[in-house]
Amino acid sequence: MKNLEEKVFKALMIFASVTILAVLLYILYVIISKGLPSLNWDMVSKIPSGGFYLGKEGGILNAILGSLFLIAGSVLISMVISLPVALYINFVKRKESKFSNTLRFAFDILFGIPSIVYGAFGFMVMIYFGLQASLLGGIIAVSLLVIPIMVRSIDEVAVSVPQDLIEALKSLGATQYETLKVIVRQISPGITTAILLSIGRGIGDAATVLFTAGYSDSIPVSPMQPAATLPLAIFFQLSSPVEEVQNRAYAAALILTIIILILSFSTRYFGRKMSKSKL
Amino acid sequence: MIDIATVSPEKPSIKQKMTIVQSLPVSNLKVIDLNVYIHGKHILKDINLSIPEKKITCIIGPSGCGKTTLLRSLNRLHDDASEVKVEGQVYVGDEDIYAKNVEVTHIRKKMGLLAQRPTVLPMSIFDNVAYGPRLYGIRRRRKLYEIVKHQLQAVGLWEEVKDRLKTPAVRLSIGQQQRLCLARGLAVEPEFILGDEATSALDPLSTTKIEEMFLTLKEKYSIVLVTHTLRQAKRISDYIAFMYLGQLIEFGPSNEVFSNPKHKLTREYLDGSFS
Ligand SMILES: Nc1ncnc2c1ncn2[C@@H]1O[C@H](COP(=O)(O)OP(=O)(O)OP(=O)(O)O)[C@@H](O)[C@H]1O
Ligand SMILES: [Mg+2]
Repeated sequence: MKNLEEKVFKALMIFASVTILAVLLYILYVIISKGLPSLNWDMVSKIPSGGFYLGKEGGILNAILGSLFLIAGSVLISMVISLPVALYINFVKRKESKFSNTLRFAFDILFGIPSIVYGAFGFMVMIYFGLQASLLGGIIAVSLLVIPIMVRSIDEVAVSVPQDLIEALKSLGATQYETLKVIVRQISPGITTAILLSIGRGIGDAATVLFTAGYSDSIPVSPMQPAATLPLAIFFQLSSPVEEVQNRAYAAALILTIIILILSFSTRYFGRKMSKSKL
Repeated sequence: MIDIATVSPEKPSIKQKMTIVQSLPVSNLKVIDLNVYIHGKHILKDINLSIPEKKITCIIGPSGCGKTTLLRSLNRLHDDASEVKVEGQVYVGDEDIYAKNVEVTHIRKKMGLLAQRPTVLPMSIFDNVAYGPRLYGIRRRRKLYEIVKHQLQAVGLWEEVKDRLKTPAVRLSIGQQQRLCLARGLAVEPEFILGDEATSALDPLSTTKIEEMFLTLKEKYSIVLVTHTLRQAKRISDYIAFMYLGQLIEFGPSNEVFSNPKHKLTREYLDGSFS
């Protein structure tokens, strides 16, 4: 009986794993098979020219750079806010204090809010301040989306920092600031994970940037200009009736996937370096 | 004028008092009326204790009697815990460490606390020992290297790790980690060493080494050791403090306490009637 139970569970687990893997491979297959033929050097090195949306020459360099600027800005802003928050609720306040748990709960709720709401909220704020859709607006909206993810994933590793370590540091005469420095190093793998999750969530989201960052065929040279982003580039091209343009949407998706891969690997690499470096 | 000596012969004369004072050990660390409450529970009760200077004082007593709590109070490690309330005074020299405006890091530098569980810092073996000196502004690599080498030799770890000073300290065995923590504490050059069962994770040989080290160290430091091993206390202590249920029951020179305990509880504990 027990044996059977075990077998059923094992079969279920294998089935689930295989299904997920199969779906993933299928998505990759579609993106590559449809996107690769349309992928050429022009796609990544040129901005759209007049006939681009009718299938003529040009590329999506504007969206590639827009997305990179956007994610760099958002990750930076979110980190500047999230790391202190996570440290505060764990090491300045006590880990299980009422204040800390309330904040955790709040971030859990924010975590669950759909991205379109952040987009709409960002848009409202921008109207209130009389701002146009711009790179900066997009960065702020994506930061709002990403901060809960970052706080919670840093918090998860911060919670597990042993009290013994903190006391060992304090008995050596370390101040609060010096203690935090060691802690940040200790949790740096968690910080890396937080950045990875944020990049993944932020760079691929279309709904937040739709109203806030806008779209533009040129490369933004100031944060006040509207900026194109890859998810919207995919969206607009997919909705085109021209087949060639539709295929280019897959090429754009392929580019986005490759960018995420590159960012993931480099974040991991630098994360590992950072945790090894000296104080 | 009334001569005190004639009125009450029980009270010691001035001369007798003088000899008592002279026989009392010199002390730079005095605990006065210390009470500690955790979650409202009375954990340490009216502790009065003078730690003799440049001697080894062993604190003994059954598990849960408050030995760790007492050591932590000497280092103000209870500061961050809101559930812990500390009352009383602890004088280091003539400075009350619980007085207002006392800078806590300055107190902690004077107290080398070795925790019950060894906790290495998440960095290399070298950086672990160099951490304290760096905090206090020593930057020159040469000087740091000398300190690290010296302290690791002092705890008998140098030969084992000299070829891998750069590797993370967590890879060491628990016994090695404990000695590393000891070296790390010594590198700060404290005035007092507070060891909470500093040899509990060590094999007999390393224990002997560490004990010998303490015997050398007492020329420079006043040492307080919590220990569960009575034989260890016998071997190395000059003074014994026996605690029971949060109270300091007996304190005195080690040979006196061991050969002729004044208190019934002490005798029973030393006889092994309870543990
Ligand atoms: N943070 C805490 N919360 C609640 N109770 C505590 C806390 N710390 C210590 N205590 C209690 O205080 C008492 C003394 O504990 P302490 O750790 O000082 O004992 P100990 O003499 O060091 O014991 P052992 O020999 O087992 O290490 C125990 O009853 C313990 O349960
Ligand atoms: Mg203890």
